[in-house]
Amino acid sequence: MKKALAALAAATMLMTSMPASADLIVPNLSYRTGPYAPGGIPYADGFNDYFTLLNQRDGGIGGEKVVIRECETAYNTEKGVECYEATKGGGALVYNPLSTGITYQLIPKTAADGIPLYTPGYGRTSAANGKVFEWVFNYPSNYWDAASVAIRYLLNENKGDLKGKKIALVYHNSAYGKEPIRTLTELSKKHGFTLVQVPVDHPGQEQKSQWLQIRREKPDYVVMWGWGVMNAVAIQEAANINYPMKNFIGVWWSGSENDVLPAGMGADGYKSLAMHGTGMDYPVYQDIKKYVIDAGKASGAGDQVGSVLYSRGMYAALVISEAIRKAQAISGKAAITAADLRNGFEQLEITEARMAELGLPKFGQPFKATCADHGGPGAALIQQWDAKAKKWSLVTDFIAPDDDVLTPLIMEDSAAYAKENNIAERCK
Amino acid sequence: MPETVFYALEVMLNGLMAGIMYALVALGFVLIFKASGIFNYAQGVLALFAALTLVGIMEGQVPFAHLINAIFGTSFHTFGFKVPALVAILITAAIMTLLAVLVERYILKHLVNQEPIILFMATIGLAYFLEGFGDVMWGSDLKSLDVGLPKGIDETIESLTSDWFGYGFFIDRLDIVAAIVAALLVAALTLFSQYSKQGRALRAVADDHQAALSVGISLRFIWVLVWSIAGIVALVAGIMWGSKSGVQFSLSLIALKALPVLMLGGFTSIPGAIVGGLIIGMGEKLFEFLIGPLVGGATENWFAYVLALVFLVFRPQGLFGERIIERV
Repeated sequence: MKKALAALAAATMLMTSMPASADLIVPNLSYRTGPYAPGGIPYADGFNDYFTLLNQRDGGIGGEKVVIRECETAYNTEKGVECYEATKGGGALVYNPLSTGITYQLIPKTAADGIPLYTPGYGRTSAANGKVFEWVFNYPSNYWDAASVAIRYLLNENKGDLKGKKIALVYHNSAYGKEPIRTLTELSKKHGFTLVQVPVDHPGQEQKSQWLQIRREKPDYVVMWGWGVMNAVAIQEAANINYPMKNFIGVWWSGSENDVLPAGMGADGYKSLAMHGTGMDYPVYQDIKKYVIDAGKASGAGDQVGSVLYSRGMYAALVISEAIRKAQAISGKAAITAADLRNGFEQLEITEARMAELGLPKFGQPFKATCADHGGPGAALIQQWDAKAKKWSLVTDFIAPDDDVLTPLIMEDSAAYAKENNIAERCK
Repeated sequence: MPETVFYALEVMLNGLMAGIMYALVALGFVLIFKASGIFNYAQGVLALFAALTLVGIMEGQVPFAHLINAIFGTSFHTFGFKVPALVAILITAAIMTLLAVLVERYILKHLVNQEPIILFMATIGLAYFLEGFGDVMWGSDLKSLDVGLPKGIDETIESLTSDWFGYGFFIDRLDIVAAIVAALLVAALTLFSQYSKQGRALRAVADDHQAALSVGISLRFIWVLVWSIAGIVALVAGIMWGSKSGVQFSLSLIALKALPVLMLGGFTSIPGAIVGGLIIGMGEKLFEFLIGPLVGGATENWFAYVLALVFLVFRPQGLFGERIIERV
């Protein structure tokens, strides 16, 4: 009898812990431990909290609850692949691993398994070419867009002329950090500036040599492609050598509160790119507070709401949820499959009116995906840190990238991938 | 002299300064290895834990707040007051001492007479435990650490060298403080081990455990003592590195910078840790300057180990390590 009761209890626990068959399963390959946890935690919290909001406020999406399956990757590529293998069964709809290294490993796997891979602002840039990368989507912006927007901003600052200027690229010595080199090299040829490459090894705790080099080279501008502690150390070292912060621009992964706070007033005036708006002045945060934080259902401590990386995780969840809605509309069923969701991603359009309706007016750029275009418009904002007020402020509107330079690069890189992997182009 | 020569000198000086920062971490390893023959894998995590605790106390953070709030449905995060840096440092030092007592009582005591590899494995377990415990206790978010140490370029040195050589040298004021602190630390440790009763007992245990036990020295007390000192050294390293980059998990990885220092300086010598740190710091920075541009840069992480390995080939016990002669 006792054994039967125990078996019944175990079965009940198993059933309650498993999602109902019709739930929408969204794995979250997050990192809450390890050297990159300070960036991974707010992103994962924002991602989870947005889906919790939809479940609590709207009863899910199209009447189906979203179930998050979180798996810890510690920003480690091998662990990320293990997490993918462990969670892909049972109806996983989409992956968003927040790691370029993991993304590169998952691109062939998700294509083989028929699961969309959504990598906003990171991952393989040339995956923007939907003709080759059927299962990958990286709108609204990617790394090459970011590099181009940074240069366009500097062009604006210099009356359209960067000839003779010296720009240093301080980058994380990894697949991620090396992404912008090709674009910046092309742009340096086009605009006549000198590009100085300054790599920093993982994790970037010690950067004395790099900043002595920058002090000696005296670049007019420094562009940074960093992540984790590397960002904070770089900003501190820049302050140490009295490098003018207004001439120091980070990519959007080098532009969170974590990166600037340790340097205190030294970080004042530091700039970074931004894929989306900043601050708490968006109605969606009131709903998150009411339905998620105050209801005790927050993914983390609830103290990250409105921070840059929390907002970015939330934005990724928003785009996925809109793609789910689109997929439900296309397929005519609420309980969609991963293949349905791919169609949803490919036909997704998010207008400014829709963003306002979702409580995020003027937060992100409107975009419309197509079979060939999985990359979106690629525009980005520039934000600047006010160390006294401890807040970011937007200093530009969305700046469009230089597609004349980027499109051939994307085509060339994706064509090479198609050739290596015997992929026939779609969308003809 | 051409500017390149001055730049090379500047790189060398900054390498020496960076080396002192590495030596601060290496000192903790040396202390424990010297007294007990244990390679303490957890030394980097001790620095992280000490720095997390220091910031937590300074900010008046409620320890285990996430856990408490999750269990009781409360929303406590801070006590609502801040603690002055000096008081917080003293409280943290006391906590590191308490940690030493707990490590001795719950780990080391049960492993007396075990093989060194078993003790090493125990410290690996301790490192992972402390990492998670620190996260649960204080949270994994990045914390700013400001105990009032000066940071940034020393303008006096820059202007003086500019007047003398026509080239203003960059020296970070935090590095100067670190050098002074390291010198004081080494002096204090030397005085302690030479002139105090406990210090002499510590040296006796380091020389011969069995002989020390036979004259009534308590091995357990010595272990608590040495782990306490290593904990306080870890606190100093945590303050210096944490002031630079904020306090977060990466701080524990500074141990990776200390390993080549130990290989080079020897695992049993306090001056060895300092000299090893200086050689590694200077060597890696000069290599990055001279050879880095030819091989794409970012050479420092691996070059430090190559340099240490080269020294090992000629002097396996390190520059200042004790030569081990075992007779059959």
